[in-house]
Amino acid sequence: MSSAKEIFKENLWTKNPIFMQVLGICSALAVTNLVTNTLVMTVGVTLVTAFSSFTVSLLKNFIPSRVRMIVQVLIIAFYVIIVDIILRAYAPEISKSLGPYVGLIITNCIIMGRAEAFALSNPPLLSFWDGATSGFGYMTVLMVIAIIRELLGFGTLLGYPIVPEGFTPWTIMVTPPSAFFLLGTFVWIAKIILKKQGAEI
Amino acid sequence: MTPDLNLMSLFIGSIFTSNILLANFLGMCSFISISKNMQSSNGLGIAVTVVLTITGIINWLVLNYILIPTNLLYLRYIIFIIVIASVVQILEMIIDRVSQSLYMALGIFLPLITVNCAILGVALFIEIRQYSFWQTLLYSLGSGIGWWMAIVLLAAMRKKIEKSPIPETLQGTGITMITIGMMAMAFIGFSGMLTVQ
Repeated sequence: MSSAKEIFKENLWTKNPIFMQVLGICSALAVTNLVTNTLVMTVGVTLVTAFSSFTVSLLKNFIPSRVRMIVQVLIIAFYVIIVDIILRAYAPEISKSLGPYVGLIITNCIIMGRAEAFALSNPPLLSFWDGATSGFGYMTVLMVIAIIRELLGFGTLLGYPIVPEGFTPWTIMVTPPSAFFLLGTFVWIAKIILKKQGAEI
Repeated sequence: MTPDLNLMSLFIGSIFTSNILLANFLGMCSFISISKNMQSSNGLGIAVTVVLTITGIINWLVLNYILIPTNLLYLRYIIFIIVIASVVQILEMIIDRVSQSLYMALGIFLPLITVNCAILGVALFIEIRQYSFWQTLLYSLGSGIGWWMAIVLLAAMRKKIEKSPIPETLQGTGITMITIGMMAMAFIGFSGMLTVQ
C-alpha cells in the first residue's frame, strides 16, 4: 500500500491523469478559454472525484462486483447533481456559461478510473486523498492552459484586463484548436522533463 | 424558445462547424485510444452514430413527455445515463441475435460507448438548446456522422505519422493532440457560414 505522500507525488506529476494517462480531457478542454470557468469546473471535478472515491471505498464490501459499474455511475451522478444544484444557486451565470459540461463530469474518465483502480481496493480516507490529489493534478494542467488562453485570447485574467494597451488579442486562442495545441505542447514539455528525471514514459 | 433553424443547416453544421469532437471536445477519451487502428476506428464510428441517433431521440421523448410534465428535471443526468446504458445493452443483444458478423465487428465497441461523453453531451445540448423533434433527429445524426468522420480521418493520419521521425518525447499523445488541433482548424474554418446554437 502506498503512502499518502507517494500518492500525492504520483497523481500530481509522474502519473498525472492528463499528460500521463490521457484521462478525462473530454469535458474540461472546452471550458479552458476563461480562467474563472476552468477554476469552477476543476474544483467541481476534484470534489466529485474525492467524494465518490470515498463513497465507493466505503461501500466496496456491499457492492456486488457484477453491478459495480452502474453503482459507481450512480454514486458519481449523485455528487454531480449536488455540484450542479450548488452552482445554479450560488453562481447562476457561471453555471449557464458552463452549459452541459457540469453534467458531463459524470462521464469524466478520471473519476471512474480512480474509483475502479484505487478506491475498490483501499480504505476510505486514503481513497478520498487519492481522488482529491488526482483532481488537483488535473486542475494544475488545465489552469496553466486556461491562463495562457485567456491572457493571449482576451488580454485578461479572471476577467480583469492586464495586458498593456495596443495588444492585439490572438483570435486562435479563443477557438477550440488552441486547446489541442497547448495540451500537445504541454505533454511534450512534461515528457522531456520526466525523461530527464529518468522516469518511464 | 425554440431556435428557428433551418433543418438542413443544422444537420450540416453539426457535422462540420460544430463538430461534437473538434469544437466541443466530446468523446475524446476513446477517440485518442482507438484511433491507432483504422478498422476499429471505423467500427466505433458506426456504433457511435447509431447509438447517438437512437439515444438522442429516446432522451428527447423522455425529457419532453416524462421529465418536464412531472417536474423531475433535476433527475435528468441519472435518467439520461440509464437510458443510454439500457439502449446500448438492448442494441448489443439485438445485434447478437440478428447478425454474428456484425456483432463481431461492432459488439466489442458497444460497452465502451456507455461512457463516451459525446452521447451524454448531445443529450444535454438537446435539452439546453430546446430542440424540436426533427431538430433532435438531425442534430444527433449529424453529430454522430461528424464524430465518425473525425475518427476515421485521424486514424488515417496517425498511420502516416507513425512512420515519420518525431522526437521520442512528442510521440503518442503529444503529436496526436497537435494533429487534432490542425484538423479542428480545418473543420472550424467554415464557422462563419453556419451556426448551430
